[in-house]
Amino acid sequence: MIGLKAAAKSVFIYVMFGTFIGYGALCHDLGFSLTWALVSTVLIWAGPAQVIVVTALGSGLSAGEAAIAVSLSGIRLLPMVAALLPLIRTKATRFWQLLLPAHLTAVSMWVESLRMAPGVPPERRIAFCNGLGLGLMAPTLVATVVGFMLAQRLPTLFAAAVLFLTPMSFTVSVARNSRELVDKLAFILGLALTPVFALAKVDLALLIGGVLAGSIAFAVHRLKEGA
Amino acid sequence: MTATVRDLGPYLALVLVGFLPNEIWRVLGIVIARGLDEGSELLVWVRAVATAVLAGIIAQLILSPPGALATVALVVRLAAVVIGFLAFLLARRSVFIGVLAGELALVLGALMWP
Repeated sequence: MIGLKAAAKSVFIYVMFGTFIGYGALCHDLGFSLTWALVSTVLIWAGPAQVIVVTALGSGLSAGEAAIAVSLSGIRLLPMVAALLPLIRTKATRFWQLLLPAHLTAVSMWVESLRMAPGVPPERRIAFCNGLGLGLMAPTLVATVVGFMLAQRLPTLFAAAVLFLTPMSFTVSVARNSRELVDKLAFILGLALTPVFALAKVDLALLIGGVLAGSIAFAVHRLKEGA
Repeated sequence: MTATVRDLGPYLALVLVGFLPNEIWRVLGIVIARGLDEGSELLVWVRAVATAVLAGIIAQLILSPPGALATVALVVRLAAVVIGFLAFLLARRSVFIGVLAGELALVLGALMWP
């Protein structure tokens, strides 16, 4: 319940409502059913991956290529889940109890959980994260329906504005969570290095840039701790 | 590999192309989390990598954006994200103000430089 309340107060509710209006409209324009659009949100629950899947059908991309593109965008989920779960589990936690919070892990839920879970009693943190994740997911389903219904009436500029919500909200919410030097450095280096690798046409630019930027930030953190 | 998403049927495609390639990372995250202690230095590194990968996704969404966002000039997209970030700092780290200012800057910029 406290998780649901935290979701209701999260600025991500508004951001994701807008984002998923865009997603619902995209599904409509590319010929998917409303049911498919809703099921895809529940199953995938990761904005960039969902956009890749629906556009893959429109462009006739091969299933293999589309799956690889989705998988590349999903790599971020591994370190996110690995960083979150040690904060919310206790010694009594079973493996299956971690499946739901792991599935609900997306940038929005992750950012809010890392910020708020430490203030929740340890034995209630998993329930908190589940409430938070489901509380964020429910409005996106409503937004998907709204976007699907309004699809034909949305102007291009509105579509551009809702697509811009994702990078803009990621930027400020990650910046808010980056209070320690290691996180700030990782954020700045990730912003700077990944485009360099992408421009140089390095395969897996996101992965290589992320691991390198994160590791440099960590090395600086260790040097400062040691000194 | 040559089958298109359309050949698979929409729900099979959703599971094979959308759900599984994405969910595998979450499950691997659970497995790796087993070896990590709260407060360990390894966890600091994992969080740094997660933050950096996320920053990389932001950079890609701004520099080579999907769909309709590509119709807005690059300089407007870059300026809007900087303005949003500055507003966030000025408003004592308010995410809401930051997003609002960035969105306003994007829409005004797109109207002025179509």
